[in-house]
Amino acid sequence: MKYYAEIINEKGTIAVDDTILTKDTLSTAGSHILEGYKPLFSAEAVERLEKNGYEIKGKTHVGEFSLDLVGEFSYYAEKDSDKLYGAAAQAIKDGDVKAALGVDMNGATRRAAALSDVAFLKPTYGTVSRYGIISCAASGEQVGVYGADVDTVAEIMTVIAGNDKKDGTSLPDKSYSYSTSDDVKGSKVCIIKNLLELSDDATKAKLSAFADTLKASGVTVEEIECDIFDKANTAWQILMCAETCNNVSRYDGVKYGHRSETYRNIDELYVNSRTEGFNFLTKATILYGSDVLSKNRYSDCYDKALRVRTIVADKMKKLFEKYDVVLTPVCSQCEYEKYDIKDAFTKVYKESVFTATPNLIGTPALVSCGVQLLGTHFAESKLLSLSKIVERKGEN
Amino acid sequence: MNYELVIGLETHVELNTNSKIFCSCGGHSSAKEPNDCVCPACSGMPGMLPVMNKRVVELAATAGLMLNCEINRYTTFDKKNYYYPDLPCAYQITQLNHPICVNGCVKVKTANGERDIRIKQIHMEEDAGKLVHGGNSSFVDFNRTSVPLIEIVTQPDFRSPEEVVTYLGKLKSMFKSTGISECEEGAMRCDVNISVREEGSDEFGVRTEIKNMSSFEAIDRAIRYESQRHIDALEFQTEELVQETRRFDDVSGKTFAMRNKETEADYRYFPDPNLMPIVIDDEWLEQIKANKPVALDEKAESYAAAGISDKEIAQLLSEHKIAQLLDDVVALGCNAKDAAAWILTDCAGILRKAGLKLKDLSITAEGLSYLIKMVSDGKLNRGAAKKVLIAVIEDGADPEKYCEEAGFTKQVDNSMIEVVIDKAIANNEQAVADYKAGKEKALMAIFGACMKELKGNGDPQVIRALLTEKLKG
Repeated sequence: MKYYAEIINEKGTIAVDDTILTKDTLSTAGSHILEGYKPLFSAEAVERLEKNGYEIKGKTHVGEFSLDLVGEFSYYAEKDSDKLYGAAAQAIKDGDVKAALGVDMNGATRRAAALSDVAFLKPTYGTVSRYGIISCAASGEQVGVYGADVDTVAEIMTVIAGNDKKDGTSLPDKSYSYSTSDDVKGSKVCIIKNLLELSDDATKAKLSAFADTLKASGVTVEEIECDIFDKANTAWQILMCAETCNNVSRYDGVKYGHRSETYRNIDELYVNSRTEGFNFLTKATILYGSDVLSKNRYSDCYDKALRVRTIVADKMKKLFEKYDVVLTPVCSQCEYEKYDIKDAFTKVYKESVFTATPNLIGTPALVSCGVQLLGTHFAESKLLSLSKIVERKGEN
Repeated sequence: MNYELVIGLETHVELNTNSKIFCSCGGHSSAKEPNDCVCPACSGMPGMLPVMNKRVVELAATAGLMLNCEINRYTTFDKKNYYYPDLPCAYQITQLNHPICVNGCVKVKTANGERDIRIKQIHMEEDAGKLVHGGNSSFVDFNRTSVPLIEIVTQPDFRSPEEVVTYLGKLKSMFKSTGISECEEGAMRCDVNISVREEGSDEFGVRTEIKNMSSFEAIDRAIRYESQRHIDALEFQTEELVQETRRFDDVSGKTFAMRNKETEADYRYFPDPNLMPIVIDDEWLEQIKANKPVALDEKAESYAAAGISDKEIAQLLSEHKIAQLLDDVVALGCNAKDAAAWILTDCAGILRKAGLKLKDLSITAEGLSYLIKMVSDGKLNRGAAKKVLIAVIEDGADPEKYCEEAGFTKQVDNSMIEVVIDKAIANNEQAVADYKAGKEKALMAIFGACMKELKGNGDPQVIRALLTEKLKG
């Protein structure tokens, strides 16, 4: 039970993060504010899995609205270790399920995959329906897949991707196919040196081992400097906080979820329910998001972030014209220790320098063997193929 | 000193669509109980995404074309944040930066002459729900949540309450007659911005806004009260005018300042990432233009030119569906004046007897034009046609099928008619004798017998002529 907020079917082979709705089963995004919430419908990605014969085992714990590092600030999960891990990723590592769905929003899914040494793919924005996910940052979040290996990720992705009329941001293609190929010779990869320098030695070692294996398979690997990632991160934190602030404003204690027992009027009902229902990190996110949208900050913060998004997309496009894949660390450390929630906002902000760019511009990102591979839109199969070379070498 | 009124209007109009703006729930007009027309999307449940109702874009653009606006080819939605229990998501989806229509103009004619009222913009947005208070509790009804609205914003071009009421009346009849809005009670709501200045001045005075009024009469009274309050403040320094939002109290006939909290809110607008920008390309715009209902004035003129009476024109234009039926029947080759009489006299009469209204008329344009042509071609007499109409209106019969089954479509030539006439003469000796003795009225008995035999087929005039000829001969 330690991974799950709710078991649906003991025999199931797929886990689903609790930010994703499953019909008639508790779906709370790890938050007290959604206590007892059972949705009337399942997310499109879940529906597609079930239609194709996959059984869902249960709802894996997530940190409240997936805003934390890897899931450490869930209202429901019991703390059983001083080392942090993500529930879905660890369930796969322990062989409890073969794959899991998670919403990639501010890096928690990818960091969790790196810590537990499993694969996670955040696909191109618009390829998987966002219908039925407990939405925070609509402009950059995507349903992604955790798997024990990249072939499992490709298998599940092929099932869940494709146009959905219930999601206005869904791309028009009816289906996508994901696969791995051995033909990687001649691919060009670059390592972002300035990001590498932000990580510890163990992480550096993982990345250089990964690069060595690629080189041995005929892939060109170069090291470059690129200063766009921290700017992309700042822009994404602004947009992410603003959109989250707006999306969680519907949790007001009036319609469903947690309602305070002490209130004398509607204003107190709002304030008390939300004060009790959200954790410190969510509150910080709401305040920050509210601030960047306020009249006197909008043009310097929110609007500027939108303009930075365009510039980052343009610079990354040029980078992807030169290189098939960009290789970066996922975290600054190989493991995280427990810490105080009051430090969470800045801690997550700092760590997200590795993960924010794909959320900002909608490109795919794959975590595998503890490193991150970035590619241009729809380059998922390329990322999976390169990882497979390294994955296979690890098995030998 | 002489003062001039300066008024600008923001008018919310509920659009007449089958479903809400971002989900497939039916419009609230079909709701019988509170929260009848509600789904996870319009009640603000997590996981639901707004999906644009294309019809809303078309109706909003059509309204813009009727008010002589430019249609923005690139139009986007924004979220407006505020907490209220009738707003389930705590934000309203509306348009701030790229509204669908801009720079329009509408002529308003009053006793003081005609004035151009400039339309600043028209934008699309969703309506909020409704709070119902009872006992110690308040209840929320989400039926109206996400019902599509357009907000029509004018420049401060009105100079009198008469102009405002005339403008609103014009919008109402324009939208109602063309089916853009049902314009029923509460479906048109107005915010009125008022200021007063010295006549001839170019400067604007301090402006107040009176929120959320729906009756024209209340709007008229509110403007009169509020402008007098402004004039008194300027002329006699009764109070200091401040820019604020006010509410009109229908009972006392006065306006009152609303709480500051409600007027100084920062709505923290931002673009809605869930709704992609809407691009109206040439093809779509042409289609919208082609489907645009003819404006009321133009339509009235064309009806008058066809010889339709003013009273009939008013009846036709009051129901979009009926005017459309007439247009369709005319398009199928019928005479307009004739067709109007069929609809407004024959059909309306049958409906009245059945306890129905004109808008309940369910006959198709094809069906009606078939009947009209049968009669005008002399293949069916008016009495028989009326029988068919009754069957169509009361029992939903198909006119063509009904005529066939009743034997109305048999081809009747003069030789057949003569056979029938001979038979009638032979069977009605007394009537024939009476007629020959000079009793003109006796002819009707014989004529009636012929008509009965022919079951309504044949041109009555021809039958009558042949009959008289036979009797004389």
